[in-house]
Amino acid sequence: MSSSTNGKKRSSWRLLLLVPFIATLWVPFYNRVEPTFIGIPFFYWYLLLWAPLSALITWIVFSRNDSPDNDR
Amino acid sequence: MNWTMIGVFLALFVFVTVLGFVAARWRHGDLTQLQEWGLGGRRFGTVVTWFLLGGDVYTAYTFIAVPALVFGAGAIGFFALPYTIIVYPLVLLVLPRLWWVSHKHNYVTGADFVRGRYGSPTLALLVALTGILATMPYIALQLVGIEVIIAALGFHAGGWAADLPLIIAFVVLAAYTYTSGLRAPALISIVKDLLIYITVIAAVIIIPMQLGGFGKIFAAVPHAKMLLAAPPSASLGSYGAFATLAFGSALALFAYPHTMTGVLSGKNPRVLRRNMALLPAYTLVLGLLALLGFMALAAGVDKLPAFASGFQQYKANFAVPALILHSFPAWFSGVAFAAIVIGALVPAAIMSIAAANLFTRNIYREYFRPQCSSAEEARVAKWASLVVKAGALVFVLELPSIYAIQFQLLGGVWIAQIIPAVALGLYTRWWHRGGLALGWLCGMVVGTWMVASLHFAGTVYPLHLFGFTIPAYAALWGLILNLIVAFVFTLIFRALHLAEGQDATAPGDYTGQSAQ
Repeated sequence: MSSSTNGKKRSSWRLLLLVPFIATLWVPFYNRVEPTFIGIPFFYWYLLLWAPLSALITWIVFSRNDSPDNDR
Repeated sequence: MNWTMIGVFLALFVFVTVLGFVAARWRHGDLTQLQEWGLGGRRFGTVVTWFLLGGDVYTAYTFIAVPALVFGAGAIGFFALPYTIIVYPLVLLVLPRLWWVSHKHNYVTGADFVRGRYGSPTLALLVALTGILATMPYIALQLVGIEVIIAALGFHAGGWAADLPLIIAFVVLAAYTYTSGLRAPALISIVKDLLIYITVIAAVIIIPMQLGGFGKIFAAVPHAKMLLAAPPSASLGSYGAFATLAFGSALALFAYPHTMTGVLSGKNPRVLRRNMALLPAYTLVLGLLALLGFMALAAGVDKLPAFASGFQQYKANFAVPALILHSFPAWFSGVAFAAIVIGALVPAAIMSIAAANLFTRNIYREYFRPQCSSAEEARVAKWASLVVKAGALVFVLELPSIYAIQFQLLGGVWIAQIIPAVALGLYTRWWHRGGLALGWLCGMVVGTWMVASLHFAGTVYPLHLFGFTIPAYAALWGLILNLIVAFVFTLIFRALHLAEGQDATAPGDYTGQSAQ
C-alpha cells in the first residue's frame, strides 16, 4: 500500500472542497444585480447555483476518497 | 375558518401521528436500550439519514424565519444559502472520525467523546450543559413556528383557544417520541420532506406566475434590500456580517447535539459521506423558500387587512403563512401548513432526544448512577426528553415569543464554544483539558456579553480594531478568543505539569483501523 502517494492524492482532491467556501464567502464578487437570469439578480441565482455545484464537488471528492483505507 | 384547509391539515397531522407510533416496530430493536431509543440502533442507511439530517438542518423555524428575514431585511437573509452550502464539506471532513471513535467506544453523545478523549468529566459536563442549554430554545422556536401556523389556520383568539392546538401537538409528539425514540422522527421526516418539496416547488412555480414573473417580483423590492449595502470605508460592513453569519452558523450546526445524533445513528461513515453530496438538495429548496420572502413583499401581503392581526402578532414571521393563504386554494394551504407543522415536530423530536441523550449519559450516569444498566439509561432518557419538551412548551406559552428568539440567538453563540474541545479533540491530544475549559468559559462570557450589548436584538458585533471596524457573528469572536485562551493556558498548564487525564482512545480508532 503506497500510503504516501495515496495520501498526497487524497489531499489534493480535498482541496477541491475549498472551492465552494471561497465562491460563496467572497461576497464582494457576487454582490451585484447584473447579469440577471429570468429576472433574478446575480446575487441570488449565483448562490442558488452553488447548491448543486458544491454537491457535485463533494460527490467527486467523496468518490475519489471512498476506499477502505481512506477514512482519515 | 376554512374547514377544507383545516380538514386537510388535520388528516395529514393524524397520519403522521400514527406513523410516529408505528415507527416503534420499524427496523425492530429493543427500545429499552439507550442505543436503540436514542440512536435508532445505529442502523440507519443513506436514505433514512438523508431524511433525518435534513430534518435537523431544515426546521420549521428555518422555513418561517429565513423568508421572514428576507421579507424584512432583504439580501442579508440569504446568508442561509452560503451557510448550508459550506456546512457539508465541513461535516464531510470532520465527522466521520467522530463516527468511528463513537462506534468503537459506544459513545452516544459528543460529551461522551470528550470524556473519553481527555479523561475529564468536568469538560464533558461543560460540553453537555452547553448542548442542553443551546438546544432548548431551538425546540421552543419550533413550537413558536407551530403557533404561527395555528394562527394562520384561523385560531386567533388568545387564551385557551390558541393554546389548545399547541398543547395537543405537544402531547402527541411527546407520546410517540417516548415510545419510538429516534425512529419516530426518522420515519415522519420522509412524509415531511415530500410535503415540503411539493409545497416549495409549487410555490416557486405558481406564485411568480401570479405575480408576473421574477422580474416583476424583484422590481417590487426596495433598492436597499435588493443587495447587501456596500461597506463604508475602513469597515467590512454588511459583507463581514453576511460571511461570518454563514461561516459561524455552519460551525455551530456542526456542534449542535442533534447533528451529532443524526450522524451517530448512521450505520457506517459511507452513509454520512454520501449524504454530504445529497443533502445540498435541501439547500436549493431553502434558497427557493427564501425567495418567498421577496414574493410576499411583491404581493403586498402585509398590507392586506385579512392578515393584519397575524402581522401584528408575529411581525415578519407571518409573511410566508400570509403568502400561502393569499396564493393557494384552501386545500393546498392545508397541505402547506401541514408541511410546516410536521417540519416543526421532526426537529423538536430529534432535538429533545439529543438533549435527553446528553442528560442521561453525561449528567445522570456520570454523576448520579454510574452503574446504571442500559435499560435504566433508556428509561431516564425517555423521561428527560419529555421534560425538555414540556419545558419548551411552558416557555412558549408563558413568555412572548421574542424571548425564545433571543435565547436561540444566544444558543448559537454558546454551542460554537464547544467546537475546540470536540473538533480539535478528533485530531489531536495536544490541547490541555484545563485550557479547553478556560477557553470555553471565556468564549461563553464574551459571546454572551457581545449579544447583551446589542440588547439581544442581533448577534453581529462590530469589533473596532486598529481603526478598522469588523462586524462579525459573535459566535466567531467567542470562538477566536476561546482558541487563544485555550492555547495560552495549554502551554501554561503543561509547563506547570498539571494533570492531563487519560485518553481512552487510540489513534486508529478515528479511522476504523484498530481491531474491532
